[in-house]
Amino acid sequence: MNKIEISNVTKKFGSLHTLDNVCIDLEQNQFVTILGPSGSGKSTLFNIIAGLLKPDEGRVLIEGEDYTSKTGRVSYMHQKDLLLPWKNILENVCVPLVLKGSSKVEAEKKALEYFKLFGLAGFEKSYPNQLSGGMRQRAALLRTYLFSNDIMLLDEPFGGLDAMTKQKMQQWVLEVFKNLKSSILFITHDIDEAIFLSDKIYVFSERPASVKAEFEVNIPRPRDNDTLTSTQFNEMKKKILKLF
Amino acid sequence: MKKLKNIEDKIIPIVFFATLILIWEMVSRIEIVPTYILPAPTTIIKTLITTMPKLMEHAYITAMEAVVGFIISIIFAMIIAISMDSIPVVRKAIYPLIITSQTIPIITIAPLFAIWFGFGYLPKIVIVVLVCFFPITLSLLEGLSSVETELLNLIKSMGASKIELYKIVKIPAALPSFFSGLKISATYSIMGATIGEWVGGKNGLGVYMMRVKQSFATDKVFAVIIVITLLSVMILKLISFIEKKSMPWIYGNKK
Ligand SMILES: Nc1ncnc2c1ncn2[C@@H]1O[C@H](COP(=O)(O)OP(=O)(O)OP(=O)(O)O)[C@@H](O)[C@H]1O
Ligand SMILES: [Mg+2]
Repeated sequence: MNKIEISNVTKKFGSLHTLDNVCIDLEQNQFVTILGPSGSGKSTLFNIIAGLLKPDEGRVLIEGEDYTSKTGRVSYMHQKDLLLPWKNILENVCVPLVLKGSSKVEAEKKALEYFKLFGLAGFEKSYPNQLSGGMRQRAALLRTYLFSNDIMLLDEPFGGLDAMTKQKMQQWVLEVFKNLKSSILFITHDIDEAIFLSDKIYVFSERPASVKAEFEVNIPRPRDNDTLTSTQFNEMKKKILKLF
Repeated sequence: MKKLKNIEDKIIPIVFFATLILIWEMVSRIEIVPTYILPAPTTIIKTLITTMPKLMEHAYITAMEAVVGFIISIIFAMIIAISMDSIPVVRKAIYPLIITSQTIPIITIAPLFAIWFGFGYLPKIVIVVLVCFFPITLSLLEGLSSVETELLNLIKSMGASKIELYKIVKIPAALPSFFSGLKISATYSIMGATIGEWVGGKNGLGVYMMRVKQSFATDKVFAVIIVITLLSVMILKLISFIEKKSMPWIYGNKK
């Protein structure tokens, strides 16, 4: 059974036709990327999957159950880190656990287990404005992971980072999620990033967005810097570039 | 270089201020202006010291009225601002009222309160509440609605209830704006209490001020002005202190 199955989702904001008959599948332990131009409606689709927006047509099935406009099932990381400036990093990543009813002590115990893995050790008591952009993104990712880790929606998590930090974060994500059993739906408009990280890529058209093409990425894992210059990688990139 | 410039920045106004005081002192010493109109600064300081016990008694009353009124306004402001923020109908109903009421000069209705509530502490406190309530409410309201929708959506999507949303996101986000409202109304609170006392009463700096004014004890009037100013400054400082303590993410990491 698919982790997420989006069938025929259509969404209009007034006269602005944003999503047109979008169908997407995410399987267990897969890393699936949605690649699309800016303003096409990628974030809108995530808002629909997260249950924050109601589609005009179509359904969102999560593990076979209808979750259309129901929140709280999947975890969702936005383009911006959206950390709370008034809470330190430890308190920030604990927010979802506390909201689910854990005591503060329990939540902190659980969260602290991941600080090393997420490269945040030593910064538990720092406020978000004392961290670098990359660290803030990792903290937001940890918070997302702690909320619900079987299905995660990541909306351009590295969009605001410089090229070098971005490259490091991508490697790190591959490393981390090799061991964590999560199914991930990822948004980007960076073709290299999409190929490097994914098992499958959906390419969106300009608005109104629909799925223009679908690619399986069969580049073997583990992937590293050499992957970026391999022939397989370049062929994949050529195929995608032809679409634009 | 920079340090030198800093010192310069401090010294120039001090020297200028001292010169002004000196000129003032001379003007009243050689009686260019009669002392009952402009007493010399040294005379004022002397009066301030000799009448200090009496002034303190009155200052205590005024400060009490101001603080009680201030606290009541904070409580009211919180209730009203949060209900306006969370219930759109309440916002629509009350918002225009709050804005219009801002334009009424409170001094003009002070005599009315004397008629309604007599000459005790109550009318003074009511005036303090009236002058403090609106700036606090408006700033709190502005702070509460300043939160990004995306952030609210995110915390909502994590299953936060409305109360949790306020506790975790909205209220902390509103603090900077709330405190700037508090600082504005802090000075208003002392002013409000004093004006209330002008209208009538037994104790308080405003009452004392009226009394010494009638006997043309201008030096005493100045002494009262100094005390009122000091009171306002003290309340402001206290609020700044609490502000710094309650927002460690802005003012440093000491918890
Ligand atoms: N709540 C809303 N009300 C009205 N229009 C909206 C709303 N949300 C998004 N839109 C519009 O829908 C279109 C798609 O927006 P969306 O944020 O989904 O794009 P995106 O693909 O995520 O773009 P980017 O890559 O720049 O983040 C935009 O034109 C946007 O202005
Ligand atoms: Mg987007």
